[in-house]
Amino acid sequence: MYVAVKGGETAIANAHRLLADRRRGDRSLPAISIDQIVAQLGLAVDRVMAEASLYDRELAALALRQARGDMIEAIFILRAYRTTLPRFGLSVAIDTARMKIERRVSATYKDLPGGQLLGATFDYTHRLLDPSLLTDEPVADPVRKQADESAMMRVCDILADEGLIEADGRLPQDHVPGDLTREPLEFPLARDLRLQALARGDEGFLLALAYSTQRGYARTHPFVGEVRIGEVEVELDMPELGFAVSLGRIQVTECQMVNQFKGSASNPPQFTRGYGLVFGQSERKAMAMSLVDRALRAEEFGEDIVAPAQDEEFVISHSDNVQATGFVEHLKLPHYVDFQAELDLVRRMRAEYDAKSGGVREAAE
Amino acid sequence: MDPIKQDGSAAVNGRKRAMELLAKASTEELQAGWQAIKAKPEVHAVRGPESGLVMVRGRIGGRGDPFNLGEATVSRATVRLGSGEIGHGQLLGNDRERARLAAVFDALRQRHEHRQAVDALVDAVERRIAAEDRKRAEQTAATRVDFFTMVRGDD
Repeated sequence: MYVAVKGGETAIANAHRLLADRRRGDRSLPAISIDQIVAQLGLAVDRVMAEASLYDRELAALALRQARGDMIEAIFILRAYRTTLPRFGLSVAIDTARMKIERRVSATYKDLPGGQLLGATFDYTHRLLDPSLLTDEPVADPVRKQADESAMMRVCDILADEGLIEADGRLPQDHVPGDLTREPLEFPLARDLRLQALARGDEGFLLALAYSTQRGYARTHPFVGEVRIGEVEVELDMPELGFAVSLGRIQVTECQMVNQFKGSASNPPQFTRGYGLVFGQSERKAMAMSLVDRALRAEEFGEDIVAPAQDEEFVISHSDNVQATGFVEHLKLPHYVDFQAELDLVRRMRAEYDAKSGGVREAAE
Repeated sequence: MDPIKQDGSAAVNGRKRAMELLAKASTEELQAGWQAIKAKPEVHAVRGPESGLVMVRGRIGGRGDPFNLGEATVSRATVRLGSGEIGHGQLLGNDRERARLAAVFDALRQRHEHRQAVDALVDAVERRIAAEDRKRAEQTAATRVDFFTMVRGDD
C-alpha cells in the first residue's frame, strides 16, 4: 500500500519541466513532426493504436512523441484519452473478405487464387544495417504491374469447400458480443471477449505465449493458412437515415491459423482454427494472437489444460500492458508507512531471535 | 418523414454514395467545393461538430459471430440550411471541420440548384480514390510471387 504524501510539488513541477526539455533534446536539431512519425515510424504508430485499442494515427503519433518513443507509456496516454470521448455507436462488423489487399501470403498453398502478394515486407531482407539510411538518399518509386481486380478468395474457404476445416466461429444464438471496456471480466470468457482482450494485448506477451505453444507447451500444430493486410470500410448504422454509411477505411491485419484435427463420433476429423485480427500493419501480433486464440480453445476441444498459453484466466489477466505496467510501476511510489511497519516487524523478529539464541548460548556456557 | 425515405432505393443509394465519398474527401477538396457553390445558403449547426468513438467490430474467423475489435475516433456534425434541409456528416478521425463541411454538402445535395455542384465534388473524390487504389493495387501486384516464372526461368 502506498499513501499520499505532500511537499513534492516544486520538485514534481521541475521534473516535468526537465522532461519537456529532454524530450525536445538538442535544440539545434529540427523537432520531429506528427506527420513524420505517422509517415516514417508507421509500424510503431500501429502498435500504439492496436494496444491502446483506439484507431487514430495522428493521436497515436502524438502519444509516441509525448512518451519519447516509450511504447507502453504512449499506449497508456492514448487509452487515457479514449476515456474522455463519448461513444457514438457500434460499427457494422468489418468484412475482411472485401479488404483492399496490400499483402497476402499463405503457407499452406503455393498456387492459390489471387496469388501470394508479398507487399512491403521485411521478409527476405538480410537484416543488415543499411548505411544508406544514415543520409536522405532518394528512394526509387515502386514497380507497378497490372492488378487483379477480383476479390481475394479466403484460404479457409478452399478447405471449407471440402468440409476439411471447422466453420468460422459461432456463439450461441442469443449471445450479445461482450465488451471489456464496459463490463468487468468474469471467467470463463466467451471467445468474442477473449479476442477483444487479445487484440489489445501486449505484443511481447502474446508473442512469448505463442512461442511457448510451438516449443511444446500446448502444441497446436499450426500453419499460416493466410495472413492478409489491407484496408476495410468501417460502416455505421444511421438511425436518423435508416441505412448504414461508411465512415472511411481502416487498415487491419488478419491471420487465419490452421491447426491440427479434431473429430468426434458425430463430426469427421477436420482442421481447427485460431484467429487473429489487429489494427494497422501488425503481422507478428496477428499471428501470435491466432496461436493463443487456438490454445485458449483447449476446453472447447476437450484438450488437457497443461500449459500457460491454455490457461484463460492467466493469459487474459496478464495480457494488458497498461494494467501490468500500472501495478508493477506503482511499486516505486512512496510506500514509506508500509515499509516502516515491515522494518519494525523484522526488527522485533531479530530481537526475539537474538534473545532466543543468546539464551541458547548462555545455557550452553 | 425524411423525403429521402420516400424516394426509394435510388435516392437512398445516391445519398449513401455521396455521404461515403464526402467522408473520404480532403479538407482541400471540401473547401474548393464550398468555393464553387454560388449563392451560398445560410447554414445552422444542429448537432456538433463533435468527436467521439465508434466501437469497430470484427467477426470471429472473418465471417463468424461479431466481436469488439477496438474503437476508432469519429467526428460528426448535423446542419440545417436556411431553407430547412438537414445534412449529416460523419467520418473517421478527429477533424470536426471536415465533418461539418461534409454535413453541409449532404444538405446542399438535397437542393435541386446545388445537386450538380455537390455531385461534381463527389465524383472528383471518387476519381481520386479510384486512382489511389489502382496505384496501390498495382504496386502490390508487382510483389506477386510467380512460382512458374521461377521454375521456367524465362522472365
